[in-house]
Amino acid sequence: MLNALLISSIYVLDQDKALDFYVGKLGLEVNTDQDLGFMRWLTVNVPGDSRQILLEKPGAPALDAKTAEQVRELVSKGATGGHLFFTTADCRKTYQEFQAKGVEFTEEPTERPYGIDCGLRDPFGNHIRFSQPTQVPTPVASAKKGNR
Amino acid sequence: MSRDYNGPKQNVTIHGFALEEADQLSRAVEEVNRRMLRARDAMDRDYAKPLDIPCLARIANVSEAHFIRTFRATFGETPHRYLQRRRVERAMFLLRATDRSVTDICLDVGFTSLGTFSRNFRAIVGEGPGMYRQRGPIQAVPTCFVMAWTRPSSFGEVKARKIV
Repeated sequence: MLNALLISSIYVLDQDKALDFYVGKLGLEVNTDQDLGFMRWLTVNVPGDSRQILLEKPGAPALDAKTAEQVRELVSKGATGGHLFFTTADCRKTYQEFQAKGVEFTEEPTERPYGIDCGLRDPFGNHIRFSQPTQVPTPVASAKKGNR
Repeated sequence: MSRDYNGPKQNVTIHGFALEEADQLSRAVEEVNRRMLRARDAMDRDYAKPLDIPCLARIANVSEAHFIRTFRATFGETPHRYLQRRRVERAMFLLRATDRSVTDICLDVGFTSLGTFSRNFRAIVGEGPGMYRQRGPIQAVPTCFVMAWTRPSSFGEVKARKIV
């Protein structure tokens, strides 16, 4: 039986730019930033949350050069499906904060049956949303906090 | 990706995007893709507004002449058709999720004439808005996925396509 989701991964085209965006603009914190030699292992997390997002750069030797180019092209078309969904206590306030930092929004805060949410792109084309849920979706996330 | 490059530097231009190094071609493709995605995002967001090609080309930061061709090469259909199907998708959603009148929904999604709306809707969906509404409410899932997955994939070319 599985008990938590620890790391999920999205492709980014430039890890320094990714840090500027995810940490500098969205306010995530660096969990691990380590040069493993064969790759730069770079993960971030929401402050206080144990789930890590691996910001992975497509390239050799994991992917051959041609495949890496294809992946990069798909990321820039928004076609890799690297969605990230965050929650916030105040969607409109967070939207204004992010907008002041120059974040590219695809949708302004909108009332939905499940809460207020909005959409944005990271600098590379990945689709990100954050919402202020009508109800806390599940108590599991908070109960498992710190369970690494 | 590194490459020896001994010749004189050449200016490479892709859709107005000038580059010095030939091996930056793929970066230029990514940049063009990203700009086209920005224009597509604008259609997904502002479909209710009177978006036109000059406006979308400005968002994409490319010339109007290049915009339509480049968008089609990137996403497989012209921006006009993308927008029409986005509008029809939103109308399909509103027909089943609200009790607003067909005329109101037509205007809500950015059509300015009921005749054009009904003709496009029928061409794309295969039946008129009133008949389509009778399918009843749809299950609530996050709207971004509804928008991504229920935008009709044909423009009347495939009449027999079944829409559940």
